[in-house]
Amino acid sequence: MPETNAITAEGLVKVYKSRKSEVRALDGLDLIVEEGTVLGLLGPNGAGKTTTVRILATLLRPDAGRATVAGYDVVKEAQELRSVIGLSGQYAAVDENLTGRENLTMFGRLYQLPATEARKRADELLEQFELTDAANRTVKTYSGGMRRRLDLGSALIGRPRLLFLDEPTTGLDPRSRLGMWDVIRRLVREGVTLLLTTQYLEEADALAHTIAVVDHGKIIARGTADELKSQVGGERIEVVVRNSSDMGKAAQLLGDGHKLDEHTRRITIPSNGGAQRLVQLVRDLDEASIPIDDIGLRRPTLDDVFLSLTGHAAEQVPVTEEDRLTAQRAAGRTPA
Amino acid sequence: MTTARLSTRAPGGGVGQAVRDGLIVMGRNLRRIPRIPELAIFAILQSIMFVLLFAFVFGGAIPLPGGGNYKEFLMPGIFAQTIAFASATTTIGITDDMTKGIIDRFRSLPMARSAVLTGRTLSDVIYNGGILIVLMLSGLVVGWTVRTGPVEFLAGVGLLLLFAFAMSWIGVWLGLSVPTVEVAQQVGFTVLFPITFVSNVFVPTQTLPDWLRPFAEWNPVSTLTAATRQLWGNPNPFAATGFPAEQPILLTLIWIAIILAIFVPLGVRRYRSISR
Repeated sequence: MPETNAITAEGLVKVYKSRKSEVRALDGLDLIVEEGTVLGLLGPNGAGKTTTVRILATLLRPDAGRATVAGYDVVKEAQELRSVIGLSGQYAAVDENLTGRENLTMFGRLYQLPATEARKRADELLEQFELTDAANRTVKTYSGGMRRRLDLGSALIGRPRLLFLDEPTTGLDPRSRLGMWDVIRRLVREGVTLLLTTQYLEEADALAHTIAVVDHGKIIARGTADELKSQVGGERIEVVVRNSSDMGKAAQLLGDGHKLDEHTRRITIPSNGGAQRLVQLVRDLDEASIPIDDIGLRRPTLDDVFLSLTGHAAEQVPVTEEDRLTAQRAAGRTPA
Repeated sequence: MTTARLSTRAPGGGVGQAVRDGLIVMGRNLRRIPRIPELAIFAILQSIMFVLLFAFVFGGAIPLPGGGNYKEFLMPGIFAQTIAFASATTTIGITDDMTKGIIDRFRSLPMARSAVLTGRTLSDVIYNGGILIVLMLSGLVVGWTVRTGPVEFLAGVGLLLLFAFAMSWIGVWLGLSVPTVEVAQQVGFTVLFPITFVSNVFVPTQTLPDWLRPFAEWNPVSTLTAATRQLWGNPNPFAATGFPAEQPILLTLIWIAIILAIFVPLGVRRYRSISR
């Protein structure tokens, strides 16, 4: 199969204007997603993730730049594009005064499926997302996880080849989140191209083939999780000494290039020799009678990646709709 | 770029799709009504309250020029007033949809762009038709009656519903222009109270000061009230001869056309501009 791009975005700019301020939510964002792959768009609140998804899913017009999704221009061919995509956001976009089944059937009809097919597809999705028992209850009575599953089901009603998931697990409890991951993995196995936004680093790591780190409306890094991690540097050895008074002595043993954290009594050093160097270090520390609480070989986490790329840590706070809008408007603010 | 297009079905389009999608959204809106019964119940109670208040509290104090039964005079006015407030129902419904995520779902679907708005205005006409039935029944209880035939009766009902449809489009535009339901309510009532009270709904316009009378007579709520009074043979005292007094039905139809001509395009344009 020839390699094709399901999504191509070039130089997307979106400026939110209000009376008081002007915020560049997107500032020349470029993006490529290959067909059949999962791209994780990773970034903190207000980085421009949701704005990107809204533009690619035809909900928002870019102020500059262009984007094609499934070969359709997102502005000029928006209506054609809508019949091949599915969108599920962090706020369940379903009618809470309708039942689960009524929601799915309605969306199926509006996706231009014939009535009988819409009903059949609704039943399939209720089954697939374990909502059959709750199918005839109004969505008002659903838990957060159930609503989110129904929302994802609604996005899948027309069997889209391309799916946008905007923070699909934000606000879910850990169990629902893992359940959602399973569902998403299954979809990907079935060949759906997926663009996923998340502020959870481990989520991007777990689900995405490629990760694009977005900050202040731009992609600042792109690669597989491993590639991004190696960008920050290779393995490190971390030692936590028991007594802070031993820190100086221990640091000398570790040699040049170490980093000290007095507060946690942690000493870190890039490790070239890997495991062998670690064994040597344990012996040296023992010989010098320096008691330790912890020692180990650490691979950089995506948290480290984020910190080194942006100079600030990724936020992991669940947000409300108001927060999202505020954050979007504040997206142009520069970090301290 | 040579990417294969992934389209599996034609997105349809045209008037057929617009009608079908509009009806689907209408069905959704109607289905919601019994699920939030408080809304309909209080709308009905409020209207009955107006009937009782004006029929029994003020009714004795307001004499009609040329005589006539005040309750019979009042009821067509109450109908028109209720229908004028139809725009508030629409505004609240639209604002509610816009502030919830469901509007994003609708806008991401390959459905007719107009369906959210036509579905809303159509379901509100049916909703207000239902309230109208309850009002008419309570009107019959307090002594209102139709003195003409079934054709005139239905013509009057048709005029009321057409006016409801037109007012709903004002509600659409307003709902898309304000940030929250609360603001929509404030704006709605601020505009609707003078229109419904500076009118012939509760008092004969003869009692108004000269400078206010033209407004009360040309006011669409007044022309609608006068039109239904005329159609149903209810007391219809008009202050002076003149176009509003002689042609209330025609004038009401003109008002409906004007309102639709202004507010349908405004509403549609507002809806389209959400994506900017």
